[in-house]
Amino acid sequence: MQDFFSKHPKVWRAFDIFLPFLATLAALGVGAVMLMAFDANPVVAYGALLEGAFGSTNALADTLVKATPLLLVALGICIAFRGGVINIGGEGQLILGAVASTAVGLVNPDMPGYLLIPLALFVGFLAGGAWGAIPGFLKAYFNVNEILSTIMMNAIAVQGMNYLLREPMIDPVQLEAASRIPQTARLSAAFDLPRLIPTRLHLGTGLAIIAAFLVFIFLWRTVVGYRIRAVGLNPNASRYAGINVPRHIVLSLLLSGAFCGLAGAIQVYGLHHRMFTDGSASGFTGSAGFNGIVVALFGQLHPLGAIPASFLFGALIVGANKLQRVMQVPSSFIIALNGLVVIFVVSADYWRRRMAQRREADLVGEMTASSEAEVPT
Amino acid sequence: MIAELFTTTVIVGILAAGIRLATPYLYASLGETFGQKSGVLNLGVEGIMLLGAFAAFYTTFITENPWLGLLAAIIVGAIMGLAVAVINVTLKAEQGISGIGVYLFGLGMSELLFQKTFGNVEIVSGFSSIYIPILSDIPIIGEIFFQQNLLVYIAYIMVPVSWFVLSKTTLGLKIRAVGENPEAADTLGVSVSGVRYFTEIFGGVMSGVAGASLSIALLNVFQQNLTSGLGFIAVALVYFGGWRPFGVLIGSLIFSMVNALQLWVQVLNIPIPSDIAIMMPYVLTILALVIAVQRVRPPSALTKPYERGG
Repeated sequence: MQDFFSKHPKVWRAFDIFLPFLATLAALGVGAVMLMAFDANPVVAYGALLEGAFGSTNALADTLVKATPLLLVALGICIAFRGGVINIGGEGQLILGAVASTAVGLVNPDMPGYLLIPLALFVGFLAGGAWGAIPGFLKAYFNVNEILSTIMMNAIAVQGMNYLLREPMIDPVQLEAASRIPQTARLSAAFDLPRLIPTRLHLGTGLAIIAAFLVFIFLWRTVVGYRIRAVGLNPNASRYAGINVPRHIVLSLLLSGAFCGLAGAIQVYGLHHRMFTDGSASGFTGSAGFNGIVVALFGQLHPLGAIPASFLFGALIVGANKLQRVMQVPSSFIIALNGLVVIFVVSADYWRRRMAQRREADLVGEMTASSEAEVPT
Repeated sequence: MIAELFTTTVIVGILAAGIRLATPYLYASLGETFGQKSGVLNLGVEGIMLLGAFAAFYTTFITENPWLGLLAAIIVGAIMGLAVAVINVTLKAEQGISGIGVYLFGLGMSELLFQKTFGNVEIVSGFSSIYIPILSDIPIIGEIFFQQNLLVYIAYIMVPVSWFVLSKTTLGLKIRAVGENPEAADTLGVSVSGVRYFTEIFGGVMSGVAGASLSIALLNVFQQNLTSGLGFIAVALVYFGGWRPFGVLIGSLIFSMVNALQLWVQVLNIPIPSDIAIMMPYVLTILALVIAVQRVRPPSALTKPYERGG
């Protein structure tokens, strides 16, 4: 076994990439058992899911639309992970980006679109970044666990959003009609991100893919990106090498939050054209802040790996709606299934690391073998 | 209107509600304390609470016996605790992420089961209040402390019990050793995995009971996302309490009192937007974490899987 793999490094790489797929298949297997327990035929159900996601041009476009925020959040998660911090705060950062960018559009209704859209997206980027920087600052300078603080920041963001949409930012029409549905007015149609083909597909998807390449270049081709990865790999060694570790921890959470904020801004300008709430976080975000974590893991925490991964999970979400319509399987099934995918993918990661270790050991063995005449077996 | 907050009725109401509302925090946080003391962060408490709450509610609804409901929550909690142990101890998954998986699974699964079994909100008659003889007749004090239901009393009894087990027994010593220095514990013949499996299953049971305390003792209903973030606060309370049961008690009480106050502020129509009032416990959690972390050090091996010879 060991010999075979060390002689065939390509097989290894393929195995690395396919491991998450195997983990997902396992999760789908457990999902099939769950479906059977609810008297739904898993083959028919998964068939409906596939058809819902890929069955028509519209379905395919919807899959891409759903994949867009997932990809942007996943990029944020990648940056945090590479910097050695875990960002569970995607939901809150996405909400901040959406609220702030919506405010920009509401305050400047007469600005030309080509100026306002970039401005609003940038403000969303900054707002998400600020929301991420707070836990980053608390982690870097007060040693506060970022997993817990980002979760709390999510809850604060949700309540803040609810307050803003019920009081200061509420649609004046809702106030007059006294129905008081917590949502803002629709943004000027001049601010809509251009549609690509006559579906719901908008320019935001293209921006997200460009962002993925930019994040890749940032992390692997720039000095700051290199430092972030160095801090993530070994903070002590980085400190001795003269890198300001706390500053780079703040920076990685700031950038992580910024991409989640951009996801929120693009959801507003590309898809919803207004901000609304049902009281919970997922009402607006569709849990993209959490699902983006799954996507990032699935893409092996690589910005380019996140592109196909986000497509897959976008398909899962769009397919789930079809599943609900056709088979009366509540869409909460997909939340549970996503949970299983997370569990299986992180658990499978152990095997990948273990085999990588063994591979390294083999390599060291080979090197000593070539430098020394005698090889102990 | 602010003055209305200071009448005896309201203050007694806030304190009694505070004592009662601390119950789910106490169960979940005490269970999590055991896990973290042994070096495992289980971020999936919220998901296990939801499953426990549903199991207890469903069983109580069918059998009309809250004791069987409690038993169901314990069994579900134990199964989930076992799953958490397999994922985090045997498969050595990244604990900050695997917990989110457990949370999403619990959130989706409990909602799915609820949709398939009830579909709309029902009410059960869960554990009823127990008036402790003599003590419950004391004015004010009796109303605050001695007219609660059984699960509330047990939660408070669990505080000294947890302290005793963790600080004064061999089992507690093993748990602490495994969480501080697993290599040394292993050398001395303590099974690191064995201890961690125990604490995770115990933590799962406590999370299940925490959920049951909501669905069949405090609120007597089940709905989608019943716990709404309570399980995550419970994990934060373990940090806040400095990994000590009595610290957890103080933290739980502060939080439940703030919650009770927030409810009364809404009842009395005091002009603070309710969204902002609900935000307060979370802001408080972050501030509390900043202060708490400066005082105490987490268990050394927390979130670090143990690898022999590594």
